[in-house]
Amino acid sequence: MLAERILPRPRLPAGILFGATVLVGMIVLAFVGPWVSPYAYDQMDIVARLKPPSADHWAGTDEYGRDVLTRTLLGTRTSLFIGFGATLVSLVLGVTFGLIAGYRRGLTGEVIMRLMDVMMAFPPLILVLMIVALTEPTPTKSALVVGLLFVPGIARVTRSITLDLSLKEFVLAARARGESQRYILMRELLPNALPVIIVEGSLNITFAMLLAAVLSFLGFGVQPPASDWGLMISQARRFIIPAPWIAITPGLFMCLTVVAISILGDSLRKHLDPRSRSFVG
Amino acid sequence: MIGYTLQRIATMCVLIVVISILVFLAIHALPADVAHLIMGESATEVQLEAMREAMGLNDPLVTQYLRWAGAAIQGDFGRSLVMDQPILPLVASSFGRSMVLAGLAIVVVALLGVVLGVIAGKKQGSALDNGISLVGYIGISVPEFFWGIVLTLVLVNSWSLLPAVGGYDPRNGFFASIPHLILPVITLTLTLLAHVMRQTRTSMIEQLSSNYVRAARARGFTERRVLYRHALPNGLLPTITVLAHDFGWLLGGVVVIETIFAYPGLGRLMIFAIERHDIPLVQAIVVLLTTVYMMVNLVADLLYTLFNPQIRYGNAG
Repeated sequence: MLAERILPRPRLPAGILFGATVLVGMIVLAFVGPWVSPYAYDQMDIVARLKPPSADHWAGTDEYGRDVLTRTLLGTRTSLFIGFGATLVSLVLGVTFGLIAGYRRGLTGEVIMRLMDVMMAFPPLILVLMIVALTEPTPTKSALVVGLLFVPGIARVTRSITLDLSLKEFVLAARARGESQRYILMRELLPNALPVIIVEGSLNITFAMLLAAVLSFLGFGVQPPASDWGLMISQARRFIIPAPWIAITPGLFMCLTVVAISILGDSLRKHLDPRSRSFVG
Repeated sequence: MIGYTLQRIATMCVLIVVISILVFLAIHALPADVAHLIMGESATEVQLEAMREAMGLNDPLVTQYLRWAGAAIQGDFGRSLVMDQPILPLVASSFGRSMVLAGLAIVVVALLGVVLGVIAGKKQGSALDNGISLVGYIGISVPEFFWGIVLTLVLVNSWSLLPAVGGYDPRNGFFASIPHLILPVITLTLTLLAHVMRQTRTSMIEQLSSNYVRAARARGFTERRVLYRHALPNGLLPTITVLAHDFGWLLGGVVVIETIFAYPGLGRLMIFAIERHDIPLVQAIVVLLTTVYMMVNLVADLLYTLFNPQIRYGNAG
């Protein structure tokens, strides 16, 4: 749906092109890379410990002689999973709450929005740490908990859009036809609210990825010997002088991915913003 | 304005109570057994049961919550299980050190962010503007711990300019502690600068193209005066909100910085408490941090209202 609105335009802004290219590249690398690589992510080689980048190991090896590039690419999977997973969780829950709160003002809406206030009252990292750290950490749980953080934001945006839309003629017409509430929410309001919300939500992807890296860095995310950017950087700290490549490789990947997604999100938002002059349709 | 303030404060008090209940329930829903943690692995079931009874862990949750909350209001958050000392002084001194760090960082971020944002907004589209934006993007694109590590690598190990770890210690006096604060503050600044900068830039561009600025220019005021006396005061409004938001973020963000630089603040204490399942300590820290976070947000909203005449006189939507 998003693509339909963008693709027919003759020229794409450079930001969208750059962001999308890098992002697709990262996704392909993350899934094909570890599979093509001659090394397993946990394959140790005591002879080749802490080796600098070479033809054999493009990004060098770590303190166990494991291939840094393979581990970084595997970590890309985890980060993308948590980034997109958390955003999806927040969109599903946030849009549901927002639609209901916006359409059914009165008690239901009030209760939902006060609940959102309570969630927003916690400092973000503290809430995540409390939940993740006191139970067994897994990537799926990180994605869920980080996703919960964004629910109030998405719910608020959705609610305000819904409030606007529910006074429009097409919604009034549907109500006059006697359509069910479910139909009005799913078929009339949702499709109209969704494009804006998705773009808003996409800005959370990078934040989720960074938060996931922070969790792993603190030891509450992905557990060794599995791989993750934050975990790799955390473990590479002790070897930062003799082998800086172990920390810098995942750092560069993270930097590139996050910059690409930020630029993509910003350009999309500018592109879809009805107030911007370039908007057509 | 007074009515609004009172209403907000009342809402905040209700929220604090709700949150303390939630935190209490969440922590008690966890499988960790406090009696087990205190007595160690070798304790028999009879001893454990006696301990639970003595600590009131067998009472209904409501009784336990009321007992905890009643004591907490009087400043008694119980004793840390691991360190076996009262929680309040422990948390208070760590909190003070964290505040020194967060406060310094937010001052540097505010000054630098506004200056760079104004420069970028004034020369919109220039190479300088693009350069500043790019630096901003890179600053926020990797988490603070990466910058922390890179800075340690460069400044401490290669040039041996600064101490890598340690913190602000009142016994040594503030000035002796400055070297310990430099790295954490630079790291936090790198992470937060972009938000403030971009917000300032956006609102400067908006203000500079507005009618009242055009009018001021038409009246022949110097560009300098138009910029600093007309556009900037209005342009800074949204920046205040962003800064307050960032300060709230810092309350959690210092956790990571304190871990990297072994800075003895509240964040490090929290990680310590979580790793050792020191439940009363975790509970106290979370409730305290959340309360401060809400207060910061409240102050930000009130400042915004105070500085924005449109909202103050109630004629804006």
